[in-house]
Amino acid sequence: MTERLVLLAIGLAAISGVPGLLFKRDSMTGQWIAALFAVAASSVGIGGIVRFWVLDESRPITLPWHLPGAEFSVAVDGLSAFFLLPIFLVSMLGNIYGLGYWKQTEHPQNGRKLRLFYGLLTAGMAVVVVARNGFLFLFGWEIMALSAFFLVATEDHRQDAREAGWIYLVATHTATLFLFAMFALFRGASGSLALVPLPDNGVSPAMATAIFILGLLGFGLKAGTMPLHVWLPGAHSIAPSHVSAIMSGVILKMGVYGLFRITSLLPTPPVEWGAVIMALGGVSGVLGIVFATGQRDLKRMLAYCSIENIGIIFLGLGLAVIGRSLGRVDLIVLGMSGSLLHVWNHALFKSLLFLCAGSVVHAAHTREIDDLGGLAKTMPWTALCFLVGSVAICGLPPLNGFVSEFLTYLSLIHNLDERGPVSFAGGALAAVALALIGTLAVACFVKVYGAVFLGVARSAPARHARESDSTMIAAMSVLVACCFVIGMAPLLIAPVLDKAVAAWAPNLTDAPHVLALAPLNWIAGMALALVAALLFASLLLWGLTRKGGVASSVTWGCGYLAGTPKVQYTSSSFAQILVGLFSWALRPQIHKPTDLALFPQGADFHSEVGDPVLDEAVLPAFGVTARLFSLFKVFQQGNIQTYLLYIFIALIALLVWR
Amino acid sequence: MDTIIHNTIHILLALSLPPLLLGITNKTKAAFAGRVGPPVLQLYYDLAKLFQKGSVYSTTTTWVFRAGPVAGLVTATIAILMIPLANGSAPISFTGDPILLIYLLGLGRFFTASAALDTGSPFEGMGAAREVTFACLAEPAFVSGLLVLARLSGTFQLSSMLGSELTPHWSVAGASLTLVLVSWFIILLAENSRIPFDDPNTHLELTMIHEVMVLDHSGPGLGMILYGASLKLFLFGALLVRLVFPPTNGNLLEWPLFVLGMLALAVLIGIVESTMARLRLTHVPVLLVAACLLSAFGVILLVR
Repeated sequence: MTERLVLLAIGLAAISGVPGLLFKRDSMTGQWIAALFAVAASSVGIGGIVRFWVLDESRPITLPWHLPGAEFSVAVDGLSAFFLLPIFLVSMLGNIYGLGYWKQTEHPQNGRKLRLFYGLLTAGMAVVVVARNGFLFLFGWEIMALSAFFLVATEDHRQDAREAGWIYLVATHTATLFLFAMFALFRGASGSLALVPLPDNGVSPAMATAIFILGLLGFGLKAGTMPLHVWLPGAHSIAPSHVSAIMSGVILKMGVYGLFRITSLLPTPPVEWGAVIMALGGVSGVLGIVFATGQRDLKRMLAYCSIENIGIIFLGLGLAVIGRSLGRVDLIVLGMSGSLLHVWNHALFKSLLFLCAGSVVHAAHTREIDDLGGLAKTMPWTALCFLVGSVAICGLPPLNGFVSEFLTYLSLIHNLDERGPVSFAGGALAAVALALIGTLAVACFVKVYGAVFLGVARSAPARHARESDSTMIAAMSVLVACCFVIGMAPLLIAPVLDKAVAAWAPNLTDAPHVLALAPLNWIAGMALALVAALLFASLLLWGLTRKGGVASSVTWGCGYLAGTPKVQYTSSSFAQILVGLFSWALRPQIHKPTDLALFPQGADFHSEVGDPVLDEAVLPAFGVTARLFSLFKVFQQGNIQTYLLYIFIALIALLVWR
Repeated sequence: MDTIIHNTIHILLALSLPPLLLGITNKTKAAFAGRVGPPVLQLYYDLAKLFQKGSVYSTTTTWVFRAGPVAGLVTATIAILMIPLANGSAPISFTGDPILLIYLLGLGRFFTASAALDTGSPFEGMGAAREVTFACLAEPAFVSGLLVLARLSGTFQLSSMLGSELTPHWSVAGASLTLVLVSWFIILLAENSRIPFDDPNTHLELTMIHEVMVLDHSGPGLGMILYGASLKLFLFGALLVRLVFPPTNGNLLEWPLFVLGMLALAVLIGIVESTMARLRLTHVPVLLVAACLLSAFGVILLVR
């Protein structure tokens, strides 16, 4: 029944955009139908998952499929169910948000296309998560990847959208290529494409390592770990914001899911695998947030910040893998719980932040942080939602981000009693990296929140911004509520985490519950106490100020009275020291006036942080490759008869060779 | 019963003593400068006065500006209940409490810095930027120190990490602990905006960190900020005193000793402030990185 409900939800999601194609370009009817379909799909899907969690019942469905090695085989286990929830939730909220954000009446050229692929994307991701056959997995994977391409390039009349879509397409297909190779090896090792655990002694270590490395490359590319992130900032910032939300909040997690699944299927790993995953996580985490701090584009900054969060997820996963190598149950349970919960949390707060960013862009028509400001007065709800998202993403109590980072820290600390120098020093290094990530995130989000929402507007569009539609606010409010629920009642989700951990490490008998290892009851109590104390102190301040009297005045300018909005600290100035400290990685481009004579002429200053990996490594390398491949242009005649001839020759050659 | 008495003393002491420390530091500085200096209880008088005064709010600000002092004070108050003083275990104590401590202070920082940006003043923006940036360097050093203590004690709970088992560890792993001590003292100075990082008495806004960030607060809000800052100093100070003088048994007589330790620390801070000049801002990160490395050496010494 669980599987059937999920398949029904997948079907509903897949066709949600189709009825809209039949309606007129400037009619909202199709959009409302799509939203209804999406709500229905998500309700059915989430109903199925909840049913699985409560009854623990799963009946895998297997149907024949007339392709070699392929089988239509789906099943829901703890891990699948865990990833299905954000897919259905964010997709539904994205559709509701779209009702106000990407109105068909305002976007007659591309609104229908967007909704068609939004539904297909949701269906594709859900197929990836429930597939129990390599072929079906890749099938869902490609539907997801291609739909996402069309979504990134929604506004394909703009050149930047086409470029970002193009880079994304190249990257995602490189990932798919690695996955093809990985599944080919997997089939060689296990004899079939069925996704079942490989026996401990059935696979040679070299083969297992090859599968792991291919999986790490393919899934790591999809998840956007540094330095495989080159496609991510562009794609996430150019796409419409509810697309960015699902791309950053959920699609990246498909890469994470893939890595979870493949590490679960492979036999007991050597310690080095975990160490590699952790190193990747540490680098992505620290550099991701540092790059985010250097950005001036609101959505680009959020995109880099996703890299950071993927890094945190990888830290937990790496520890869980090490736990499996060493036979340490506590590391498995804590590392995996932290990692899994961060998957949910990031899906919640990053979607929230992207939706808020969309609301800002919709109202102020710019993504430049330094052109915004003062929006808390004109857009109070968006500002409040963004604040909640910021506090959550910094991992601060009493919100959800704190719980997952707490679990990850605990697993790192459990690792400290390991005797081996690599394990101990590596774990200690990771703990320090996590601390650095946490404070850098605070710096980054104070900067963004302050520059966008606080102070005075720096440009006319920002001054005239209006609060967004109620559908948009409603979608954001649901995510805000989720952040509070997980942060203040983590006990609710502990059983779900236990099920997912059990699905990841199936041969782990009587593993301790996460509640037995982590004082989540204390976390919940402290979160409640914190909120109560904050309310009490607010009342106290209110009472004291009322008694003393309140006067209004201008901000104290240290004696300077002619300040304009331009004197405010900009986000670039705010980040200047940090960008300087990390200039070895960021390689900021600073153009400043050099010729300052006694009577200086007009001068200007600007600085920006590009992406060194894309600009200085990938693009030049692709340029060289393109030149090499231009040698093959002799074969590229451009007329179809020649190409048919090539195919004919190739077929003959193959027949002769066999 | 003992626990209740200890907890009562803890709460009373932790809430009433902090402003005194700043008074003592200032008196020490005055003695070095050959002045009489303000009364030791000056901060108490200031607080009493501020809580009765009216407030001036800038028309630029929103509710975030008022949330700054509230969050700063609340997080510091909860944090101080999590630090073991002379009692065996702090009133709030559970596995992993150091993490909550760090993130609570982060929450306070988030809102005080946001409140500064809410005024739209370039000076406060400058202060907020410096505050959050330097915290990025101070926190890894603090966490490295925690790792040393966690590895030595085999637990991750402040009360037992800084418990009576620490005394034997001083003879075995004294080098590591000394490194942590020095590194944490540097962090104490940085996090509480003392010389050589920041001069609380300077008159040039351009060079300040913490003081310039709270420039626009007035009345009860400013009182909350000043009181919260004194709690924060007490908190870091208590960690250092606990590190040097771990408690031996749950005796009530240890409380006076602890208070003496705290007062001595206040004098020490005064001496440092009187004998050193403030660093150039560009050199601040260098010293903080040094603190990180000291703690990191402490961790490395434990690898075997």
